[in-house]
Amino acid sequence: MNDFLQLVFQGLGIGAIYALVSLGFVLLIRAASVVNFGQGEFSMLGAYLLVVFFNMWGIPYLIGMALSVIIMAGFGLIFAYCTYWPLRFRGGLPVIISTIGASIFLQNMVLFLYGPSSVPVDDLFDTPGIQIGEVFLASQYLAIIVIAAALVGLQYFIFEKTLLGKKLQATSQDKEMASLLGIPVVLMIMITFAYSSALGGLAGMLVAPILFVSVNMAGIITLKAFAANIIGGYGSIPGAILGGLALGVAETLGAAYISVPYKDAFAFLMLLAFLMVRPQGLFGEKISEKA
Amino acid sequence: MSPLHETLPHGTAVHGPGSNPWRGLPATGLAIIVVIFASSLAPAQGYYLNILMQAATYAIAVLGLVVVLGYCGQISIAQAAFFGLGAYAVALGTVDFHINFFVALFIGVVLSGLCGLILGLGTLRLGGHYLGMITISFQQILTLVLTNWIDVTHGPDGVRNIERPRLFGISFEDGNTYLALILVSTVLVTLFVWRLKASRFGRAMQAVRDNELAASTSGINVYGTKVVAFGISAVLGAIGGGLFAGGFRYISPDQFSFGESIVLLTMALLGGVTSPFGALVGTVSLVLLPEWLRFLKQIYLAVYGASVILIMVFLPDGLWGFVDNRMRKRVKPVTGTVPPLPLLAQTGEATDEPVLVVEDLAKYFGGLKAVDGVSLTVRRGTVHALIGPNGSGKTTFINVVTGLYEATGGKITFVTHDITTLAPHNRNRAGLARTYQNIRVFRGMTVLENVMIGAERQGNDVAHDPKAVVARALAALDFVDMRGDAHRLVGDLSYGHQRYVEIARALASSPHTLLLDEPAAGLNLTEKVELGNLLKRLKGHGLTIMIIDHDMNLVEQVADHITVLNFGKRIADGTPQDVLSHPDVIAAYLGEPRKNEAA
Repeated sequence: MNDFLQLVFQGLGIGAIYALVSLGFVLLIRAASVVNFGQGEFSMLGAYLLVVFFNMWGIPYLIGMALSVIIMAGFGLIFAYCTYWPLRFRGGLPVIISTIGASIFLQNMVLFLYGPSSVPVDDLFDTPGIQIGEVFLASQYLAIIVIAAALVGLQYFIFEKTLLGKKLQATSQDKEMASLLGIPVVLMIMITFAYSSALGGLAGMLVAPILFVSVNMAGIITLKAFAANIIGGYGSIPGAILGGLALGVAETLGAAYISVPYKDAFAFLMLLAFLMVRPQGLFGEKISEKA
Repeated sequence: MSPLHETLPHGTAVHGPGSNPWRGLPATGLAIIVVIFASSLAPAQGYYLNILMQAATYAIAVLGLVVVLGYCGQISIAQAAFFGLGAYAVALGTVDFHINFFVALFIGVVLSGLCGLILGLGTLRLGGHYLGMITISFQQILTLVLTNWIDVTHGPDGVRNIERPRLFGISFEDGNTYLALILVSTVLVTLFVWRLKASRFGRAMQAVRDNELAASTSGINVYGTKVVAFGISAVLGAIGGGLFAGGFRYISPDQFSFGESIVLLTMALLGGVTSPFGALVGTVSLVLLPEWLRFLKQIYLAVYGASVILIMVFLPDGLWGFVDNRMRKRVKPVTGTVPPLPLLAQTGEATDEPVLVVEDLAKYFGGLKAVDGVSLTVRRGTVHALIGPNGSGKTTFINVVTGLYEATGGKITFVTHDITTLAPHNRNRAGLARTYQNIRVFRGMTVLENVMIGAERQGNDVAHDPKAVVARALAALDFVDMRGDAHRLVGDLSYGHQRYVEIARALASSPHTLLLDEPAAGLNLTEKVELGNLLKRLKGHGLTIMIIDHDMNLVEQVADHITVLNFGKRIADGTPQDVLSHPDVIAAYLGEPRKNEAA
């Protein structure tokens, strides 16, 4: 039982990472109808920036993180300018392909600059963690869960309680109407790209001490964000968060009790099961085209 | 009725897409001779042989993507997985089970096709991106199984010493002869995919790609078409993979990973995904591009990624599309006379016989009662108008009658059959054709192809004769006076002309009953007059028409019977004179009567 609780805790920690990345992924789908195959690269770049600032240049950890988040927000704009902007009127597929191209480009640039080996990164806090009963709450996992919860709360506040949030929501629901109402739709989409990139980068930095930093982290994180998004319900924000958490817990338990080599298969088996049985996911709605 | 009947001896009808059974065969024969000759010149082993074998086997898999993505518009991100299934079937079959190469290949193809069907059946009822998502999962799981199920798959070490086949006493052991086998297969698959595009099923796939709703109401089983298209692509993937395994004689799981699926997808899009020749161009370019970029050393894959973005931005139709658009000859008009629409030879008066009987039909969207217990009877040979203010439920009514929406309640009987729960394509096959308020044509196809889809409706008299289908489609185009644009892309036409194409598509299917949803919407004054004349020409031939429109002038000119809806309920029903003087109708639809008129 205690083993089980320990695993659930770790699963929630990993799941919170998936939730953050998936959240950035869903926001792009909603704001710009972009299915971003380079979402995991945001995390990879964020983590490498932390490696550069902290491991190489010795900048204090938290300042390094803050700098990386700011740079990632700017990077989101560049990413949008290169992959989304020129193709924005051509439907979903060309943008998907160009994000795939960006993903190949970014992974190989990083590979070229920093090589294929994984880089270890220190934990955010020096204390290893807290022991509660027989469950050990490692500080990095706690930090991930707390920061993710805080970010989700902040985002909820911004979306529901501020004018900027209302404009972002209006943009995601009906771009034409939003622009007729004087909402600067392009600006809203760009803000979403910057936010999505910063969020992905932050998730990459938070997970860096656990997974280590490598080029390979990008692909697997992108795929988990997909899976979380479908399990939660395509395009649903609460779905992305709960889907991410569910995925983290399921694969941690699956790896511990069933099979370690097939750890990554659990995410996709869950995804297959959802697609076959409940394709709208946990929170999705059925959308039908108007005749 | 027309002297044109006699001027057309049987069998000399004009050719249209897919009506010539010999099309492409001479070029294919020539291509086969060329590739066999070329293979005999190729080196028997080594680097260049490998490049050639890789390009040829990848091309077969990419041709599969042309079918599912280019023709049918469905995204599959698991082509490397199907490629891998074929490769592993051949590898394990020949090495561990000592079965014949072709038997092993066949097993791989069947297995792959079955996986494709199961995945397709599960997700293709849903929207476009779901297939993409499920194929990613399938791809990942297959890679994990190939890597970790070591007892069966040999694990990450891969399978060595894969056999090459013998056939009719010829050994394909030698590098040159095996290359010839692969290249001939590639040529034949290219021919198949090219001819598939101009076939009836090919048109069905493209119709599904361009407009699913219009495809379903043109008698195409949208779900079935997508599943079969995905199945074909899975089968082609496995064929390519099986030949690949024999070519390299060694395979390992990393050759069939997610990354490779992306490479195959990129090849298809780079070349131009709607043409098999684009697939060939894309495959060869992307097999060679990394080789050419090798001088860039470690950074070459990064340049490759950037090139993918640049190609998407600057060559929207792919390399082949770019060439094709510039080489496209001036489209030739279709000459030759065809028998006019059989409808026009008939005479028929309005009768009392009920054709379409709707009883207590209801459609609720949550709490909104869009159609609320409407009953009406459309009689054979009449023009029945359905009018009402905006939001009165007219279009919803048509959508329920044609099967796009499921009825919340009530019953629809069409020519004595209960069609209330029938799928849209089955209602169309029963003889119910329609047009849409916001035109729904197949934009990526030519005018003639659009109308041929109508003529091919299952149940139409000409449906099983490709030449007669072309003739019928041209007759429908003659009727709307659009023959001159037969080979133009519908997307390039003006709004009014697209509407005529839509009407011609419906007429070519020889419908029993034609539903026109606001045909005058968006037309200018001249076009409206033309449309009115066209409708008058349709009258008196026994065709039953139901028309929705706002244009009272048009409705008064053509209608024999009018039903009026308001707030989802029927408020009047009868002859034009009765209905248009009905006080409720005047109040609801034309505004309150003025005091002096009422007095």
